[in-house]
Amino acid sequence: MLRPRIIPCLLVHQGGLVKTVEFKDPKYVGDPINAVRIFNEKEADELIVLDIDATVKGAEPDYRMIANLAAECRMPLCYGGGVRTPEQAKKIIGLGVEKIAMSTAAVEDATLVSRTADAVGRQSVVVVLDVRRKAGLFASGYEVFTGNGKKAQSGDPFKLAERMQAAGAGEIIINSIERDGQMKGYDLALATRMRRESRIPLTLLGGAGSHHDLEALLGACGVVGASAGSLFVFKGPYRAVLINYPTPEQKDAICRAGLASYSLS
Amino acid sequence: MIHIVDYGLGNIQAFVTMYKRLGVATVRARCEDDLRDANKLILPGVGAFDHAMALLDASGMRQALEQLVKRDRVPVLGICVGMQILADSSEEGVGAGLGWVKGQVRSFAGNPASAALPMPHMGWNDVLPAAGCRLFKTLEDEARFYFLHSYYLECADVTSAVARADYGFRFACAVQNDNVFGVQFHPEKSHHWGAALLKNFAEL
Repeated sequence: MLRPRIIPCLLVHQGGLVKTVEFKDPKYVGDPINAVRIFNEKEADELIVLDIDATVKGAEPDYRMIANLAAECRMPLCYGGGVRTPEQAKKIIGLGVEKIAMSTAAVEDATLVSRTADAVGRQSVVVVLDVRRKAGLFASGYEVFTGNGKKAQSGDPFKLAERMQAAGAGEIIINSIERDGQMKGYDLALATRMRRESRIPLTLLGGAGSHHDLEALLGACGVVGASAGSLFVFKGPYRAVLINYPTPEQKDAICRAGLASYSLS
Repeated sequence: MIHIVDYGLGNIQAFVTMYKRLGVATVRARCEDDLRDANKLILPGVGAFDHAMALLDASGMRQALEQLVKRDRVPVLGICVGMQILADSSEEGVGAGLGWVKGQVRSFAGNPASAALPMPHMGWNDVLPAAGCRLFKTLEDEARFYFLHSYYLECADVTSAVARADYGFRFACAVQNDNVFGVQFHPEKSHHWGAALLKNFAEL
């Protein structure tokens, strides 16, 4: 049986590993290579590494860092940050990365998704949509942001996800901006609707604060990727830095309980 | 000593790293000369079938590989698309494969049993080995591997399927024809299960 994926998401800022809250206030939590080594030992399902500086600065991806991460990483690795061309994607795949995540550049130009899929195969093309629930007393629905949550894009996130899928994305990651770092649970309404409307693998990111939150996501969506940042780098109410990941037994229990309540729904 | 065929596809470094941890020496073979004395081969691969075959042809290693595998019966392990090109042909492309394992590569999307499932088949899936395959030694009771693909190999001879996984139906996720082995999943990214399988291959 295909299992849900439980995926640590690591943010890189100025060469270090950080964790943000609502995409702001990056707090230093350690060294990326060291974190990869720990997740190797814990046999994490996959790893997502996002360089949050590259796109904002308009910089090239840091190939040296990516090569070092890929050489160390013994689980499938998804890299994102500053990828704007199929050639860059190809180069990164050549360094030993399984999947390339694109966000701003893909939203601005869907042909980048098709061209990258042609270059590296659609199984390696991941589109990340940074989504925020519309604020305001009478507002409803969601909007997509680019440029690290700074620039609002017009249009419906569900239609945009459909467009990315049609263009050749092999996976969609939905990142809830206002849940980032809050550790109060995923936006299950958003997750459920995205799952219902997509035909490619889906991963949710933003809000997980406990193993129970992972279970609740699987309960709502079935087999999806459950990704988290804070949950896997902080411990306890004071958010002490401690890299952690469910043990194999805990992981089995999360998946079993989550999928059991999904099949009842 | 294991020769990893570097024809421009697949994560060569991941195999080098994994075998280094296992204490097994590897060579990255980039041309015919590098394949001299090879007594065990890994054929990696990602992406599209025709592209993989074209790159293999362009690498200048095809003929040497044919001799090693068919004449000298050197064990070879194809990984992912490296497994798919062992077959005769693929629905994904128009060109011929190596034909070392009889069968056709088919699309999950074209199979009614899997057509409604998310594509690609991505993530960790349980693998059920057939009894007695040495590639799965110590993995008989529990084996879990990482998959990332939209096509699967349909063997012409059912006995070629040495392990199955379930994605809408049970498909052959590992094949063997004599000294030719192939796995659809990625052992180089499958933690201790992958390490065990690669170690088994090294010890064949």
